[in-house]
Amino acid sequence: MAFCLMEGNEAIAWGAVASECRFFSGYPITPATTIFNTLLKLLPPLGGMCIQGEDEIASIGYCLGASMAGLKVMTATSGPGISLCSEHISFAIGSEIPIVIVDVQRLGPSTGSATRGADGDIQFLRWGNSGGLPVIVLAPVNVKDCYFLTMQAFNLAEKFRCPVFIASNKEIAMTRENIDIHAIAKPEIIERSAPPPGKPFVPFETSSGQLTPYFLPIGGNMPVRQTSSTHGPDGYITTDSDKIAEIQERLKTKLVSAVNGFSFHESYPEERADTLLLTYGVTARAAQDAYKAQKKYGKPVSLLILKTLWPVPQDLIREKAGNARRVIVMEMNLGQYVREIERILPDKKIDFLGQMDGRLITPHRIQEVIAHV
Amino acid sequence: MSSLLNTGRPPVFCPGCSHERITHGLDKAFQNMSLSGEQIAIVTDIGCSGLFDTFFHTHAFHGLHGRALTYAAGLKMARPELTVIVTMGDGGLGIGGAHILSACRRNLDITLLILNNFNFGMTGGQFSATTPSEVQVGSGFLNRLERPMDVCRIMSSAGVAYAVRCSSYAKDLAQEIENAIRFQGFSIIDIWGICPGRYTQRNKMTPQIIEDSLAKLPSRTNPIPENIRKEYGRHYRELAAEQKPVPSPAKIETKFHAPDFGRKEVVILGSAGQRIITAGEILCLAGLTAGLNVTQKNEYDITVLRGACISDVILSPEEIGYTGITSPDIVLALSQEGVDRRKHLFDHLDKNALIIRAEKIHLPPCNAKVQQPDFKAQKIKSSDRALAALSVLSKLETVIYPDMLESALAHRFKDNILASALDLVRRVEGLGA
Repeated sequence: MAFCLMEGNEAIAWGAVASECRFFSGYPITPATTIFNTLLKLLPPLGGMCIQGEDEIASIGYCLGASMAGLKVMTATSGPGISLCSEHISFAIGSEIPIVIVDVQRLGPSTGSATRGADGDIQFLRWGNSGGLPVIVLAPVNVKDCYFLTMQAFNLAEKFRCPVFIASNKEIAMTRENIDIHAIAKPEIIERSAPPPGKPFVPFETSSGQLTPYFLPIGGNMPVRQTSSTHGPDGYITTDSDKIAEIQERLKTKLVSAVNGFSFHESYPEERADTLLLTYGVTARAAQDAYKAQKKYGKPVSLLILKTLWPVPQDLIREKAGNARRVIVMEMNLGQYVREIERILPDKKIDFLGQMDGRLITPHRIQEVIAHV
Repeated sequence: MSSLLNTGRPPVFCPGCSHERITHGLDKAFQNMSLSGEQIAIVTDIGCSGLFDTFFHTHAFHGLHGRALTYAAGLKMARPELTVIVTMGDGGLGIGGAHILSACRRNLDITLLILNNFNFGMTGGQFSATTPSEVQVGSGFLNRLERPMDVCRIMSSAGVAYAVRCSSYAKDLAQEIENAIRFQGFSIIDIWGICPGRYTQRNKMTPQIIEDSLAKLPSRTNPIPENIRKEYGRHYRELAAEQKPVPSPAKIETKFHAPDFGRKEVVILGSAGQRIITAGEILCLAGLTAGLNVTQKNEYDITVLRGACISDVILSPEEIGYTGITSPDIVLALSQEGVDRRKHLFDHLDKNALIIRAEKIHLPPCNAKVQQPDFKAQKIKSSDRALAALSVLSKLETVIYPDMLESALAHRFKDNILASALDLVRRVEGLGA
């Protein structure tokens, strides 16, 4: 056994490099800055690029340009910066530009607390785009997840041509821990698929059953169009309602219909348990401690840790909720993802444990809620 | 070369709009330079200037208002061989101000055509960053309150090495555009024109007025001598090539057995400058040399070189879930402000907890045992006390052993720093029986 000592942000940077990310642009912001610092060391010697943007709007804009030129790209920021990224998140969704966006969450609202953790952006990541189309959001629990889920994020971004968020948290990002990075199996690297040769390239055209269009880079041998305007398959602005409806529906379906293929999670079912703990992110660590303690004291509860938050892995949640009578949802905010659970599991008793004061939810507090029937 | 105009999508500008002349001027420049469509990317902003990409058979990138230069920069960095042209109106000049200033400072080989017609054409003729104060536009009296900006003057202050202004009606427009494209660096052409749909509805503007106005402005030398420098992309690649590859993250082999006391939580309370975070890291590395699981969380103020600095470290043979510490086994109390910051921690300490306290530190009342090594007598300066406290801790043999600490130092430091760190931890006295 041989461990490395690494913080979550460094693990994200290494995961990006392992995924062949070769373009990063970001603006300094605590607690995301060490992703930029690490990639500034890693990328240039590999022939990659790491750019400091004049703001977060520009940083993600550089990424969108480089992504359309064919590179795998990433940006990283926190609450105030992700707010500025909003117009470009919408662009990446609507115009199918692959990008990984790391949101190292800190306590909000607004400037909030730069060095206090939170999971306060979970609904913002889903809905902080004009048009409200779906996105993919993955949530790491620890340093190992930061590495592993970053590689998955790149694969999903490339496969579905969409923005993929990593919803990290200061408490993971800037906490160092041991990681056996060399023992983590790398997923097979997925690339954007080029169109079959011989036909003229139509940038947003899909054949029947195909949900993600083929990709050719801007700057390649064939002129390629990209536009933020509502467009038809040819990439020109259109007012044809049928074409518009078809593309919007496809943008929704390509992710929602596929989520069972990327519903990352950890599940600890207990046969005798009447209660299911359901959580994500750093709170999962306290939940694991509470789960172990309950088991030890003969009052077991089940535990489900979601690592894919959006699209909501509804089938997984329903399956894992099984016969539980009660579900306790825990998150570092005043009630965001619990709304999804209430929607999906209307027949269960849903209890909520939220906290938004910069401190971690403790295992002790979780056990109190379990005991409080 | 033949025209790159998209005959299927001819310009749709208002009759008399000078944008149409610029469209043809740009096409002529491409032809004169023998460029083909796949060698060019036209990146367009929002408004009437945002239509330009549709008129050409080239790579095209149409994005959000004011941001065209950001996409252009990403494209150019990724594809240095591509000719990248940005079209933007005087509206984009305002909303994209930060990006234009950055582009001027950066000097990537991109050409920006500013289609300057002194108002927001598409949205109803509101005033822009270049609307004269005395004219009547769609923003009521508001433009009377603001002063138009002189594009070339501001951009040259910001560092652009090539900035010309010309009229859409200039006979040599295509040549001006070609010159700007040929310039190896960021180049700007501020092209003055007429917006018949909005601006000239209430204001007089003719090619002659434009020509006369331009003639009155001071002439400039291009390229601008004081701003001539290396192109950013080339320069970036030069400097990047000098950067040393980073080796894979260092692995720490397990070669010791840790003291057999289970999970241990250590809180180091100190101040900036006392190398508290480095001490926390070294403690973690020591744990790794015995195959322990470790976590380290740090707390410090937004101030640099002053303020409290705290490191929370957990070492455990079991996997570590929750990373918070409420009742630590060991507290290293090394500065008063560190202790004060976590004063409530002392309420939770049980009688088995140990505090290793530096001199003159006042502690809140608590149940823990307190030990005070005489750092002063051993001539250990403040910045070394965190490491000295780790040495004291290692000699207690409850959390780590001295050989684990020395091994951690060898992972963290090299050469003289390692030698002096080893010297320090060896000479520090333990607490005795």
